Amino acid sequence: MSAQLAIEAVGLVKTFGATRAVDGVDLAVPRGAVYGVLGPNGAGKTTTIRMLATLLRPDAGSAKVLGRDVVAQADEVRSLVSLTGQLASVDEDLTGRENLVLLARLLGFTRADAKARADELLEAFGLADAAGRQVKNFSGGMRRRLDIAASIVVTPELMFLDEPTTGLDPRSRNQVWDIVRALVAQGTTVLLCTQYLDEADQLAERIAVIDRGRVIAEGTPAQLKASVGQGALHVRLLDADRRDEAEQLLARALDAQVHLEPDPARLTVPVTDAGRATGAIAELSAAGIELADFALGQPSLDEVFLALTGHPAEETVDEEEAA
Amino acid sequence: MSATQSRPEPKQDEVYSALASARRPKPPGRLSMCLTFGWRGMLKIKHVPEQLIDVTLTPVLFLLMFTYLFGGALAGSTSEYLQYLLPGMLVQSVLFTSVYSGVALNADSTKGVIDRFRSMPVWRPAPLAGAVLGDSVRYLVAAVVVVVLGLIMGFDPGSVTGVVAAIALIVVFSFALSWIFTTVGLLLRAPQAVMNAGFMGLFPLIFLSNIFVDPATLPGWLEAFVHVNPVSHLTTATRGLMGDGASAWEIGRVLLEAAALAAIFAPLTVRLYRKAS
Repeated sequence: MSAQLAIEAVGLVKTFGATRAVDGVDLAVPRGAVYGVLGPNGAGKTTTIRMLATLLRPDAGSAKVLGRDVVAQADEVRSLVSLTGQLASVDEDLTGRENLVLLARLLGFTRADAKARADELLEAFGLADAAGRQVKNFSGGMRRRLDIAASIVVTPELMFLDEPTTGLDPRSRNQVWDIVRALVAQGTTVLLCTQYLDEADQLAERIAVIDRGRVIAEGTPAQLKASVGQGALHVRLLDADRRDEAEQLLARALDAQVHLEPDPARLTVPVTDAGRATGAIAELSAAGIELADFALGQPSLDEVFLALTGHPAEETVDEEEAA
Repeated sequence: MSATQSRPEPKQDEVYSALASARRPKPPGRLSMCLTFGWRGMLKIKHVPEQLIDVTLTPVLFLLMFTYLFGGALAGSTSEYLQYLLPGMLVQSVLFTSVYSGVALNADSTKGVIDRFRSMPVWRPAPLAGAVLGDSVRYLVAAVVVVVLGLIMGFDPGSVTGVVAAIALIVVFSFALSWIFTTVGLLLRAPQAVMNAGFMGLFPLIFLSNIFVDPATLPGWLEAFVHVNPVSHLTTATRGLMGDGASAWEIGRVLLEAAALAAIFAPLTVRLYRKAS
Protein backbone atom coordinates (compact mmCIF):
# COMPACT_ATOMS: atom_id res chain seq x y z
CA MET A 1 0.00 0.00 0.00
CA SER A 2 2.82 2.36 0.83
CA ALA A 3 3.96 2.50 -2.78
CA GLN A 4 0.73 4.24 -3.62
CA LEU A 5 1.19 6.95 -1.03
CA ALA A 6 3.11 10.18 -1.63
CA ILE A 7 3.50 10.80 2.08
CA GLU A 8 3.16 8.38 4.91
CA ALA A 9 3.84 9.85 8.35
CA VAL A 10 3.39 7.99 11.59
CA GLY A 11 3.47 9.64 15.00
CA LEU A 12 5.63 12.62 14.05
CA VAL A 13 6.73 14.63 17.07
CA LYS A 14 8.78 17.80 17.29
CA THR A 15 9.33 19.72 20.50
CA PHE A 16 10.89 23.15 20.89
CA GLY A 17 11.82 23.59 24.51
CA ALA A 18 8.65 22.91 26.49
CA THR A 19 6.35 23.27 23.48
CA ARG A 20 5.24 20.19 21.60
CA ALA A 21 4.85 21.95 18.24
CA VAL A 22 3.95 18.67 16.56
CA ASP A 23 2.49 16.09 18.88
CA GLY A 24 2.03 12.80 17.04
CA VAL A 25 0.91 13.64 13.53
CA ASP A 26 -0.16 10.79 11.23
CA LEU A 27 -0.66 11.51 7.54
CA ALA A 28 -1.45 9.33 4.56
CA VAL A 29 -1.29 11.46 1.44
CA PRO A 30 -2.26 9.80 -1.84
CA ARG A 31 -0.33 10.59 -5.02
CA GLY A 32 -1.40 12.94 -7.76
CA ALA A 33 -3.69 15.40 -6.00
CA VAL A 34 -3.69 18.34 -3.65
CA TYR A 35 -3.77 17.33 -0.01
CA GLY A 36 -4.70 20.16 2.32
CA VAL A 37 -3.36 20.62 5.82
CA LEU A 38 -5.71 23.07 7.46
CA GLY A 39 -5.17 24.80 10.74
CA PRO A 40 -4.64 28.12 12.46
CA ASN A 41 -1.26 29.73 13.03
CA GLY A 42 0.81 27.83 15.52
CA ALA A 43 -1.06 24.58 14.96
CA GLY A 44 2.11 22.84 13.80
CA LYS A 45 1.57 22.94 10.02
CA THR A 46 4.88 24.54 9.14
CA THR A 47 6.84 22.36 11.53
CA THR A 48 5.24 19.27 9.99
CA ILE A 49 6.12 20.44 6.48
CA ARG A 50 9.68 21.21 7.54
CA MET A 51 10.11 17.68 8.86
CA LEU A 52 8.68 16.17 5.70
CA ALA A 53 10.91 18.38 3.53
CA THR A 54 13.99 17.16 5.51
CA LEU A 55 14.69 20.59 7.04
CA LEU A 56 13.98 19.41 10.56
CA ARG A 57 14.67 16.05 12.11
CA PRO A 58 11.66 14.55 13.90
CA ASP A 59 12.10 13.90 17.62
CA ALA A 60 9.92 10.83 17.35
CA GLY A 61 7.90 8.98 14.74
CA SER A 62 8.83 8.40 11.13
CA ALA A 63 7.85 9.60 7.71
CA LYS A 64 8.28 8.37 4.18
CA VAL A 65 8.04 10.74 1.25
CA LEU A 66 7.58 8.99 -2.09
CA GLY A 67 8.69 5.82 -0.40
CA ARG A 68 11.95 7.28 0.99
CA ASP A 69 12.62 7.83 4.66
CA VAL A 70 12.98 11.54 5.46
CA VAL A 71 15.88 10.94 7.82
CA ALA A 72 17.79 7.99 6.40
CA GLN A 73 17.24 8.88 2.73
CA ALA A 74 17.07 12.67 3.06
CA ASP A 75 19.13 13.30 -0.08
CA GLU A 76 16.87 11.13 -2.21
CA VAL A 77 13.83 12.92 -0.83
CA ARG A 78 15.37 16.28 -1.65
CA SER A 79 15.88 15.33 -5.25
CA LEU A 80 12.17 14.53 -5.66
CA VAL A 81 10.47 17.39 -3.81
CA SER A 82 10.29 21.17 -3.87
CA LEU A 83 9.48 23.53 -1.06
CA THR A 84 7.77 26.89 -1.30
CA GLY A 85 8.06 28.13 2.23
CA GLN A 86 5.96 30.58 4.13
CA LEU A 87 8.73 33.14 3.95
CA ALA A 88 9.45 33.80 0.29
CA SER A 89 12.24 31.35 -0.44
CA VAL A 90 13.94 33.51 -3.04
CA ASP A 91 16.85 35.90 -2.78
CA GLU A 92 15.47 39.42 -2.55
CA ASP A 93 18.72 41.09 -3.56
CA LEU A 94 18.85 39.26 -6.89
CA THR A 95 16.61 39.80 -9.88
CA GLY A 96 13.83 37.39 -10.79
CA ARG A 97 15.84 35.94 -13.64
CA GLU A 98 19.02 35.57 -11.57
CA ASN A 99 17.11 33.64 -8.92
CA LEU A 100 15.87 31.11 -11.45
CA VAL A 101 19.22 30.82 -13.24
CA LEU A 102 20.94 30.26 -9.90
CA LEU A 103 18.60 27.39 -9.01
CA ALA A 104 18.79 25.90 -12.49
CA ARG A 105 22.59 25.92 -12.33
CA LEU A 106 22.47 24.22 -8.93
CA LEU A 107 20.27 21.53 -10.41
CA GLY A 108 22.81 20.88 -13.14
CA PHE A 109 21.57 22.90 -16.11
CA THR A 110 24.31 24.28 -18.37
CA ARG A 111 24.66 28.06 -18.46
CA ALA A 112 22.68 28.35 -21.70
CA ASP A 113 20.00 25.86 -20.65
CA ALA A 114 19.60 27.59 -17.29
CA LYS A 115 18.96 30.94 -18.98
CA ALA A 116 16.50 29.38 -21.42
CA ARG A 117 14.64 27.61 -18.63
CA ALA A 118 14.51 30.80 -16.52
CA ASP A 119 13.08 32.77 -19.44
CA GLU A 120 10.53 30.08 -20.20
CA LEU A 121 9.29 30.11 -16.61
CA LEU A 122 9.28 33.91 -16.34
CA GLU A 123 7.23 34.12 -19.51
CA ALA A 124 4.77 31.46 -18.38
CA PHE A 125 4.28 33.07 -14.97
CA GLY A 126 3.75 36.55 -16.36
CA LEU A 127 7.03 37.81 -14.92
CA ALA A 128 8.96 38.47 -18.14
CA ASP A 129 8.62 42.25 -17.83
CA ALA A 130 9.88 42.24 -14.27
CA ALA A 131 12.62 39.66 -14.84
CA GLY A 132 15.44 42.20 -14.56
CA ARG A 133 14.15 43.80 -11.37
CA GLN A 134 15.36 42.92 -7.89
CA VAL A 135 12.85 40.71 -6.13
CA LYS A 136 12.58 43.15 -3.23
CA ASN A 137 10.73 45.45 -5.64
CA PHE A 138 8.21 42.77 -6.61
CA SER A 139 4.59 42.90 -5.42
CA GLY A 140 3.41 40.15 -3.09
CA GLY A 141 1.68 38.27 -5.90
CA MET A 142 4.69 38.45 -8.22
CA ARG A 143 6.96 37.25 -5.46
CA ARG A 144 4.73 34.27 -4.80
CA ARG A 145 4.64 33.38 -8.47
CA LEU A 146 8.43 33.61 -8.69
CA ASP A 147 8.64 31.46 -5.59
CA ILE A 148 6.50 28.78 -7.21
CA ALA A 149 8.41 29.08 -10.49
CA ALA A 150 11.58 28.53 -8.48
CA SER A 151 10.09 25.29 -7.18
CA ILE A 152 9.42 23.89 -10.64
CA VAL A 153 12.70 24.62 -12.39
CA VAL A 154 12.66 20.86 -12.46
CA THR A 155 9.10 19.58 -12.10
CA PRO A 156 9.05 17.91 -8.69
CA GLU A 157 7.12 14.75 -7.95
CA LEU A 158 5.90 16.35 -4.77
CA MET A 159 5.62 19.98 -3.85
CA PHE A 160 5.21 21.47 -0.39
CA LEU A 161 3.28 24.73 -0.47
CA ASP A 162 3.17 26.53 2.85
CA GLU A 163 0.40 29.14 2.96
CA PRO A 164 0.88 30.22 -0.64
CA THR A 165 -1.82 32.89 -0.63
CA THR A 166 -1.55 34.43 2.83
CA GLY A 167 -1.45 38.18 2.38
CA LEU A 168 -2.34 38.13 -1.34
CA ASP A 169 -5.18 40.05 -2.96
CA PRO A 170 -8.00 37.91 -4.45
CA ARG A 171 -6.69 38.32 -7.99
CA SER A 172 -3.19 37.11 -7.15
CA ARG A 173 -4.71 34.36 -5.07
CA ASN A 174 -6.67 33.07 -8.06
CA GLN A 175 -3.51 33.12 -10.16
CA VAL A 176 -1.70 31.00 -7.58
CA TRP A 177 -4.64 28.59 -7.48
CA ASP A 178 -4.53 28.22 -11.26
CA ILE A 179 -0.85 27.38 -11.10
CA VAL A 180 -1.46 24.77 -8.41
CA ARG A 181 -4.16 23.20 -10.57
CA ALA A 182 -1.78 23.09 -13.52
CA LEU A 183 0.83 21.39 -11.36
CA VAL A 184 -1.56 18.69 -10.28
CA ALA A 185 -2.78 18.22 -13.84
CA GLN A 186 0.83 17.44 -14.76
CA GLY A 187 0.98 14.73 -12.14
CA THR A 188 2.66 16.50 -9.24
CA THR A 189 1.37 15.80 -5.75
CA VAL A 190 0.91 18.98 -3.72
CA LEU A 191 0.87 19.20 0.06
CA LEU A 192 -0.86 22.50 0.76
CA CYS A 193 -0.78 24.11 4.18
CA THR A 194 -3.37 26.77 4.64
CA GLN A 195 -5.42 28.55 7.24
CA TYR A 196 -8.25 29.21 4.80
CA LEU A 197 -11.00 26.63 4.58
CA ASP A 198 -12.02 28.21 1.30
CA GLU A 199 -8.59 27.53 -0.19
CA ALA A 200 -8.50 23.92 0.94
CA ASP A 201 -12.04 23.53 -0.36
CA GLN A 202 -11.11 24.97 -3.78
CA LEU A 203 -7.99 22.89 -4.31
CA ALA A 204 -7.72 19.88 -2.08
CA GLU A 205 -9.04 16.42 -2.69
CA ARG A 206 -8.57 15.54 0.96
CA ILE A 207 -7.94 17.67 4.03
CA ALA A 208 -6.36 17.02 7.39
CA VAL A 209 -7.37 19.50 10.07
CA ILE A 210 -4.57 20.08 12.51
CA ASP A 211 -4.75 21.74 15.90
CA ARG A 212 -2.18 22.01 18.67
CA GLY A 213 0.16 19.63 16.92
CA ARG A 214 -2.40 16.89 16.25
CA VAL A 215 -4.61 15.85 13.37
CA ILE A 216 -8.15 16.24 14.70
CA ALA A 217 -10.12 15.42 11.55
CA GLU A 218 -9.40 14.02 8.11
CA GLY A 219 -11.49 13.55 5.01
CA THR A 220 -12.75 15.10 1.81
CA PRO A 221 -13.88 18.74 1.97
CA ALA A 222 -17.49 17.54 1.63
CA GLN A 223 -17.12 15.18 4.59
CA LEU A 224 -15.56 17.88 6.72
CA LYS A 225 -18.18 20.43 5.91
CA ALA A 226 -20.91 17.92 6.54
CA SER A 227 -19.47 17.37 9.97
CA VAL A 228 -19.74 21.05 10.82
CA GLY A 229 -22.86 21.94 8.81
CA GLN A 230 -22.98 23.63 5.47
CA GLY A 231 -22.67 27.06 6.94
CA ALA A 232 -24.54 29.64 8.88
CA LEU A 233 -27.42 32.01 8.43
CA HIS A 234 -26.59 35.49 9.70
CA VAL A 235 -29.56 37.72 10.41
CA ARG A 236 -29.76 41.36 11.51
CA LEU A 237 -33.13 42.62 12.71
CA LEU A 238 -34.51 46.09 12.16
CA ASP A 239 -35.90 46.07 15.69
CA ALA A 240 -33.58 44.59 18.32
CA ASP A 241 -36.46 44.24 20.79
CA ARG A 242 -37.90 41.38 18.78
CA ARG A 243 -34.76 39.25 18.95
CA ASP A 244 -36.18 36.75 21.48
CA GLU A 245 -39.15 36.18 19.23
CA ALA A 246 -36.90 35.71 16.19
CA GLU A 247 -34.68 33.33 18.15
CA GLN A 248 -37.57 31.03 19.00
CA LEU A 249 -38.90 31.11 15.48
CA LEU A 250 -35.54 30.33 13.88
CA ALA A 251 -34.73 27.62 16.38
CA ARG A 252 -37.98 25.90 15.54
CA ALA A 253 -37.81 26.44 11.75
CA LEU A 254 -34.21 25.27 11.41
CA ASP A 255 -34.13 22.82 14.27
CA ALA A 256 -30.81 24.23 15.47
CA GLN A 257 -29.34 26.19 18.32
CA VAL A 258 -29.44 29.94 17.64
CA HIS A 259 -26.38 31.92 18.59
CA LEU A 260 -27.02 35.45 19.91
CA GLU A 261 -24.31 37.84 18.72
CA PRO A 262 -22.92 40.65 20.89
CA ASP A 263 -24.75 43.08 18.64
CA PRO A 264 -28.31 43.03 20.11
CA ALA A 265 -29.92 42.96 16.67
CA ARG A 266 -27.92 40.01 15.33
CA LEU A 267 -28.43 36.24 15.36
CA THR A 268 -26.55 33.38 13.78
CA VAL A 269 -27.94 29.90 13.10
CA PRO A 270 -26.04 26.93 11.74
CA VAL A 271 -27.80 25.53 8.67
CA THR A 272 -27.38 22.35 6.73
CA ASP A 273 -29.43 23.22 3.71
CA ALA A 274 -29.96 26.53 1.94
CA GLY A 275 -33.59 25.72 1.08
CA ARG A 276 -34.62 25.51 4.71
CA ALA A 277 -32.81 28.78 5.42
CA THR A 278 -34.87 30.65 2.81
CA GLY A 279 -37.99 29.09 4.30
CA ALA A 280 -37.01 30.39 7.74
CA ILE A 281 -36.46 33.89 6.37
CA ALA A 282 -39.91 33.78 4.82
CA GLU A 283 -41.39 32.72 8.16
CA LEU A 284 -39.72 35.67 9.88
CA SER A 285 -41.28 38.18 7.51
CA ALA A 286 -44.65 36.36 7.71
CA ALA A 287 -44.50 36.90 11.48
CA GLY A 288 -43.91 40.59 10.83
CA ILE A 289 -40.28 40.58 12.06
CA GLU A 290 -38.49 42.93 9.69
CA LEU A 291 -34.87 42.27 8.66
CA ALA A 292 -32.16 44.86 8.09
CA ASP A 293 -30.17 42.20 6.21
CA PHE A 294 -29.34 38.53 6.18
CA ALA A 295 -26.60 36.38 4.67
CA LEU A 296 -25.95 32.71 4.16
CA GLY A 297 -22.27 32.04 4.77
CA GLN A 298 -19.88 29.15 4.20
CA PRO A 299 -18.56 27.84 7.48
CA SER A 300 -15.37 29.66 8.32
CA LEU A 301 -12.27 28.05 9.71
CA ASP A 302 -13.43 29.36 13.05
CA GLU A 303 -16.69 27.47 12.77
CA VAL A 304 -14.89 24.30 11.69
CA PHE A 305 -12.70 24.62 14.71
CA LEU A 306 -15.53 25.39 17.03
CA ALA A 307 -17.37 22.33 15.78
CA LEU A 308 -14.36 20.01 15.86
CA THR A 309 -12.54 21.17 18.95
CA GLY A 310 -14.97 23.21 20.97
CA HIS A 311 -12.56 26.12 20.98
CA PRO A 312 -12.14 28.85 18.37
CA ALA A 313 -9.11 29.05 16.11
CA GLU A 314 -6.38 31.12 17.74
CA GLU A 315 -6.74 34.86 17.63
CA THR A 316 -3.51 35.13 15.66
CA VAL A 317 -5.38 34.03 12.56
CA ASP A 318 -7.27 37.28 12.52
CA GLU A 319 -4.14 39.29 13.07
CA GLU A 320 -2.51 37.52 10.18
CA GLU A 321 -5.43 38.29 7.91
CA ALA A 322 -5.49 41.90 8.96
CA ALA A 323 -1.78 42.31 8.33
CA MET B 1 4.51 47.79 -4.71
CA SER B 2 1.91 47.18 -7.40
CA ALA B 3 2.60 45.25 -10.56
CA THR B 4 3.49 47.01 -13.78
CA GLN B 5 0.96 48.86 -15.88
CA SER B 6 0.54 45.98 -18.31
CA ARG B 7 -0.76 43.80 -15.42
CA PRO B 8 1.08 40.70 -16.54
CA GLU B 9 -0.74 37.45 -15.96
CA PRO B 10 0.50 33.92 -15.74
CA LYS B 11 -0.46 32.13 -18.94
CA GLN B 12 -2.07 28.83 -18.15
CA ASP B 13 -1.10 27.04 -21.38
CA GLU B 14 2.50 28.21 -21.02
CA VAL B 15 2.55 27.08 -17.41
CA TYR B 16 1.48 23.66 -18.63
CA SER B 17 4.14 23.51 -21.32
CA ALA B 18 6.81 24.80 -18.92
CA LEU B 19 5.89 22.01 -16.51
CA ALA B 20 5.89 19.41 -19.24
CA SER B 21 9.24 20.47 -20.70
CA ALA B 22 11.13 20.27 -17.43
CA ARG B 23 13.62 17.46 -17.38
CA ARG B 24 16.09 16.81 -14.66
CA PRO B 25 19.70 17.17 -15.80
CA LYS B 26 22.58 15.32 -14.24
CA PRO B 27 23.42 16.89 -10.85
CA PRO B 28 26.48 19.12 -10.98
CA GLY B 29 29.71 18.39 -9.14
CA ARG B 30 30.48 19.84 -5.74
CA LEU B 31 32.99 22.35 -7.05
CA SER B 32 30.52 23.56 -9.62
CA MET B 33 27.93 24.08 -6.88
CA CYS B 34 30.40 26.09 -4.82
CA LEU B 35 31.22 28.24 -7.83
CA THR B 36 27.53 28.85 -8.49
CA PHE B 37 27.16 30.11 -4.94
CA GLY B 38 30.29 32.22 -5.46
CA TRP B 39 28.52 33.75 -8.46
CA ARG B 40 25.59 34.53 -6.19
CA GLY B 41 28.00 36.39 -3.92
CA MET B 42 29.20 38.45 -6.90
CA LEU B 43 25.62 39.27 -7.87
CA LYS B 44 24.91 40.48 -4.37
CA ILE B 45 27.89 42.83 -4.53
CA LYS B 46 26.65 44.06 -7.90
CA HIS B 47 23.13 44.73 -6.61
CA VAL B 48 24.06 46.03 -3.18
CA PRO B 49 27.23 48.01 -3.87
CA GLU B 50 26.75 49.89 -0.59
CA GLN B 51 28.44 46.99 1.15
CA LEU B 52 31.64 47.90 -0.68
CA ILE B 53 31.55 51.45 0.64
CA ASP B 54 32.29 50.23 4.16
CA VAL B 55 34.99 48.02 2.83
CA THR B 56 36.70 50.79 0.88
CA LEU B 57 36.07 53.91 2.94
CA THR B 58 37.02 52.59 6.36
CA PRO B 59 40.58 51.64 5.39
CA VAL B 60 41.04 54.95 3.58
CA LEU B 61 40.03 56.88 6.69
CA PHE B 62 42.17 54.76 9.00
CA LEU B 63 45.23 54.99 6.78
CA LEU B 64 45.00 58.77 6.37
CA MET B 65 44.19 59.39 10.01
CA PHE B 66 46.88 57.22 11.54
CA THR B 67 49.60 58.24 9.12
CA TYR B 68 49.15 61.99 9.36
CA LEU B 69 47.88 62.25 12.93
CA PHE B 70 50.20 59.83 14.73
CA GLY B 71 53.01 59.29 12.24
CA GLY B 72 55.15 62.18 13.41
CA ALA B 73 54.72 61.36 17.07
CA LEU B 74 55.17 57.61 16.76
CA ALA B 75 57.92 57.25 14.19
CA GLY B 76 59.47 60.66 13.84
CA SER B 77 58.06 61.30 10.36
CA THR B 78 54.86 60.45 8.55
CA SER B 79 56.71 58.82 5.65
CA GLU B 80 58.61 56.52 7.98
CA TYR B 81 55.43 55.58 9.86
CA LEU B 82 53.59 54.89 6.61
CA GLN B 83 56.27 52.36 5.74
CA TYR B 84 55.66 50.63 9.09
CA LEU B 85 51.87 51.00 9.17
CA LEU B 86 50.74 50.12 5.68
CA PRO B 87 51.18 46.31 5.81
CA GLY B 88 49.26 46.34 9.10
CA MET B 89 46.51 48.48 7.58
CA LEU B 90 46.22 45.91 4.83
CA VAL B 91 45.76 43.21 7.46
CA GLN B 92 43.24 45.26 9.43
CA SER B 93 41.12 46.21 6.41
CA VAL B 94 40.79 42.69 5.14
CA LEU B 95 40.12 41.19 8.58
CA PHE B 96 37.29 43.64 9.21
CA THR B 97 35.83 42.69 5.86
CA SER B 98 35.64 39.04 6.88
CA VAL B 99 32.95 39.92 9.44
CA TYR B 100 30.59 40.47 6.52
CA SER B 101 30.60 36.74 5.71
CA GLY B 102 28.81 36.15 8.99
CA VAL B 103 26.50 39.09 8.49
CA ALA B 104 25.49 37.88 5.03
CA LEU B 105 24.92 34.31 6.23
CA ASN B 106 22.79 35.55 9.10
CA ALA B 107 20.73 37.68 6.73
CA ASP B 108 20.21 34.62 4.54
CA SER B 109 19.15 32.39 7.41
CA THR B 110 16.60 34.88 8.71
CA LYS B 111 15.02 34.97 5.26
CA GLY B 112 13.51 31.98 3.56
CA VAL B 113 16.13 31.45 0.90
CA ILE B 114 18.33 29.20 3.01
CA ASP B 115 15.35 26.82 3.36
CA ARG B 116 15.17 26.57 -0.38
CA PHE B 117 18.84 25.59 -0.62
CA ARG B 118 18.51 23.12 2.22
CA SER B 119 15.50 21.46 0.63
CA MET B 120 17.39 20.92 -2.63
CA PRO B 121 19.78 18.11 -3.51
CA VAL B 122 22.71 20.46 -3.01
CA TRP B 123 25.96 19.50 -1.31
CA ARG B 124 25.39 20.85 2.19
CA PRO B 125 28.50 23.00 2.66
CA ALA B 126 28.30 24.45 -0.87
CA PRO B 127 26.25 27.57 -0.02
CA LEU B 128 28.75 28.35 2.73
CA ALA B 129 31.90 27.65 0.74
CA GLY B 130 30.49 29.54 -2.20
CA ALA B 131 29.58 32.57 -0.13
CA VAL B 132 32.98 32.69 1.51
CA LEU B 133 34.54 32.38 -1.93
CA GLY B 134 32.51 35.37 -3.05
CA ASP B 135 33.75 37.26 -0.02
CA SER B 136 37.34 36.83 -1.18
CA VAL B 137 36.50 39.36 -3.86
CA ARG B 138 35.60 41.86 -1.16
CA TYR B 139 38.94 41.13 0.50
CA LEU B 140 40.76 41.84 -2.74
CA VAL B 141 38.91 45.11 -3.20
CA ALA B 142 39.81 46.22 0.32
CA ALA B 143 43.44 45.17 -0.20
CA VAL B 144 43.81 46.94 -3.52
CA VAL B 145 42.33 50.16 -2.10
CA VAL B 146 44.88 50.18 0.72
CA VAL B 147 47.84 49.40 -1.52
CA VAL B 148 46.90 51.98 -4.14
CA LEU B 149 46.31 54.69 -1.54
CA GLY B 150 49.59 53.75 0.14
CA LEU B 151 51.48 54.08 -3.14
CA ILE B 152 49.92 57.49 -3.72
CA MET B 153 51.00 58.55 -0.23
CA GLY B 154 54.55 57.45 -0.95
CA PHE B 155 54.77 53.88 0.36
CA ASP B 156 57.72 51.93 -1.05
CA PRO B 157 56.33 48.44 -1.75
CA GLY B 158 59.59 46.58 -2.26
CA SER B 159 58.73 44.09 -5.01
CA VAL B 160 55.49 43.43 -6.86
CA THR B 161 55.72 39.72 -6.08
CA GLY B 162 56.12 40.58 -2.41
CA VAL B 163 52.93 42.64 -2.44
CA VAL B 164 51.00 39.94 -4.29
CA ALA B 165 52.26 37.26 -1.91
CA ALA B 166 51.34 39.42 1.08
CA ILE B 167 47.80 39.97 -0.20
CA ALA B 168 47.44 36.27 -0.96
CA LEU B 169 48.52 35.39 2.58
CA ILE B 170 46.08 37.86 4.11
CA VAL B 171 43.20 36.59 1.95
CA VAL B 172 43.95 32.99 2.94
CA PHE B 173 44.00 33.94 6.62
CA SER B 174 40.77 35.95 6.32
CA PHE B 175 39.11 33.10 4.48
CA ALA B 176 39.88 30.91 7.49
CA LEU B 177 38.92 33.60 10.01
CA SER B 178 35.58 34.21 8.32
CA TRP B 179 34.44 30.75 9.49
CA ILE B 180 34.36 32.16 13.02
CA PHE B 181 31.96 34.82 11.85
CA THR B 182 29.79 32.40 9.90
CA THR B 183 29.52 30.37 13.11
CA VAL B 184 28.55 33.50 15.01
CA GLY B 185 26.22 34.39 12.14
CA LEU B 186 24.25 31.20 12.67
CA LEU B 187 24.16 31.57 16.45
CA LEU B 188 22.86 35.13 16.68
CA ARG B 189 19.48 36.42 15.68
CA ALA B 190 20.04 39.60 13.71
CA PRO B 191 22.64 40.68 11.13
CA GLN B 192 23.33 43.80 13.20
CA ALA B 193 24.16 41.67 16.23
CA VAL B 194 26.62 39.65 14.16
CA MET B 195 28.27 42.85 12.97
CA ASN B 196 28.59 44.16 16.52
CA ALA B 197 29.89 40.89 17.93
CA GLY B 198 32.36 40.57 15.06
CA PHE B 199 33.79 44.03 15.50
CA MET B 200 33.88 43.75 19.28
CA GLY B 201 35.91 40.58 18.92
CA LEU B 202 38.23 41.96 16.28
CA PHE B 203 39.04 45.32 17.86
CA PRO B 204 41.17 43.99 20.71
CA LEU B 205 42.92 41.52 18.41
CA ILE B 206 43.77 44.26 15.95
CA PHE B 207 44.71 47.04 18.37
CA LEU B 208 46.62 44.74 20.72
CA SER B 209 48.90 43.64 17.92
CA ASN B 210 52.00 45.00 16.26
CA ILE B 211 49.97 46.81 13.57
CA PHE B 212 50.25 50.29 15.03
CA VAL B 213 53.22 50.33 17.37
CA ASP B 214 56.42 48.41 18.08
CA PRO B 215 55.49 45.94 20.86
CA ALA B 216 58.84 46.63 22.58
CA THR B 217 57.35 49.92 23.81
CA LEU B 218 54.48 48.13 25.61
CA PRO B 219 54.29 46.95 29.23
CA GLY B 220 55.53 43.38 29.60
CA TRP B 221 52.17 41.63 30.03
CA LEU B 222 50.74 43.40 27.01
CA GLU B 223 53.82 42.68 24.96
CA ALA B 224 53.45 39.02 25.82
CA PHE B 225 49.88 39.03 24.51
CA VAL B 226 50.89 40.85 21.33
CA HIS B 227 53.50 38.17 20.64
CA VAL B 228 51.00 35.32 20.77
CA ASN B 229 48.27 37.21 18.89
CA PRO B 230 47.84 35.59 15.44
CA VAL B 231 47.10 39.03 14.00
CA SER B 232 50.65 40.02 14.97
CA HIS B 233 52.01 36.94 13.24
CA LEU B 234 50.09 37.80 10.09
CA THR B 235 51.28 41.42 10.26
CA THR B 236 54.91 40.37 10.74
CA ALA B 237 54.76 38.07 7.73
CA THR B 238 53.04 40.73 5.64
CA ARG B 239 55.60 43.36 6.62
CA GLY B 240 58.36 40.97 5.69
CA LEU B 241 56.86 40.11 2.32
CA MET B 242 56.39 43.80 1.52
CA GLY B 243 59.85 44.74 2.78
CA ASP B 244 62.98 42.84 3.71
CA GLY B 245 61.50 39.39 3.17
CA ALA B 246 59.71 36.99 5.46
CA SER B 247 61.13 33.75 6.82
CA ALA B 248 59.51 30.42 6.02
CA TRP B 249 58.60 30.11 9.71
CA GLU B 250 56.85 33.49 9.73
CA ILE B 251 54.73 32.50 6.75
CA GLY B 252 54.25 28.89 7.81
CA ARG B 253 53.03 29.95 11.26
CA VAL B 254 50.27 32.07 9.67
CA LEU B 255 49.22 29.21 7.41
CA LEU B 256 49.13 26.83 10.36
CA GLU B 257 46.95 29.20 12.35
CA ALA B 258 44.66 29.65 9.37
CA ALA B 259 44.37 25.89 8.96
CA ALA B 260 43.57 25.49 12.66
CA LEU B 261 40.83 28.15 12.51
CA ALA B 262 39.26 26.58 9.45
CA ALA B 263 39.55 23.08 10.91
CA ILE B 264 37.64 24.11 14.02
CA PHE B 265 35.09 26.58 12.72
CA ALA B 266 34.26 25.32 9.24
CA PRO B 267 32.83 22.01 10.53
CA LEU B 268 31.10 23.91 13.34
CA THR B 269 29.43 26.23 10.83
CA VAL B 270 28.37 23.33 8.63
CA ARG B 271 26.95 21.54 11.65
CA LEU B 272 24.96 24.56 12.77
CA TYR B 273 23.82 25.20 9.22
CA ARG B 274 22.56 21.66 8.92
CA LYS B 275 20.58 21.97 12.12
CA ALA B 276 19.35 25.52 11.57
CA SER B 277 15.60 25.69 11.79
